[in-house]
Amino acid sequence: MDLPTVLFFLHALIAVGSAVAMLTSRNAVHAALWLVVNFVTIALFFLTLAAPFIAMVQITVYAGAIMVLFLFVIMLLGAERLGGEERFAFQRPLALLLAGALLVEIVYLLLSPSARALAAMPALTQEGTPQAVGQLLFSRYLFPFELTSVLLLVAMIGVLVLTKD
Amino acid sequence: MMVPIPYYIILSAILFTLGAVGFLVRRNAILIFMSVELMLNAANLAFIAFARYFNRLEGQVLVFFVLTVAAAEVAIGLALIVVIFRTKHSIDVDQVSTLSG
Repeated sequence: MDLPTVLFFLHALIAVGSAVAMLTSRNAVHAALWLVVNFVTIALFFLTLAAPFIAMVQITVYAGAIMVLFLFVIMLLGAERLGGEERFAFQRPLALLLAGALLVEIVYLLLSPSARALAAMPALTQEGTPQAVGQLLFSRYLFPFELTSVLLLVAMIGVLVLTKD
Repeated sequence: MMVPIPYYIILSAILFTLGAVGFLVRRNAILIFMSVELMLNAANLAFIAFARYFNRLEGQVLVFFVLTVAAAEVAIGLALIVVIFRTKHSIDVDQVSTLSG
């Protein structure tokens, strides 16, 4: 195996391990911090896939803003301890069974003949620099871009209305 | 020399499945939200991988929009959790089985 593949598997191990640690941790703050680890490894994958702008946005928006919001709410509610009494005993094995089926389906789809043609990576011609992504955002995707600002405004007003007493 | 795309897609599938397991298994509303974020991130990874494969930036633009939607969704969701905690004094989703406070 060459160096990029070794690094890929190392990063993939960290990503999957942090996701599993998040799902199994008994403390909500620990779960949030494991999720931050997961987000940072995903940002590293974005860097290797020639998307430096999205990688940096991922770190500032996800690992920065969104996780701070999560931690803030956990601390505000004092809900660090995750009590876990089950009401329906059949739920957990059923969930694992369904998730296993989902994974098998996705991998089966990837092993189809049309997906096997994806194996060879073509040469890089377009890198996702801030300039390139910005030019696309402000020309062809200007209308959706403006709509997201409306969406964020609606979310902001919604939060104010919901939490107002 | 480069890592082939199916590796990234399979990793994305594994992360998505883990997020789905978390969504189904955990009873804490905050943990359920974190699982949703994990699933969104797995989808983003697939988008970026395909954008790299086809040498198109549209996939990266779409990931940008997904990030915005996720930010809005988290803000609204956490506000809902705070409101539920005020009335029920718990964020266990099994406690939220009745509509009247």
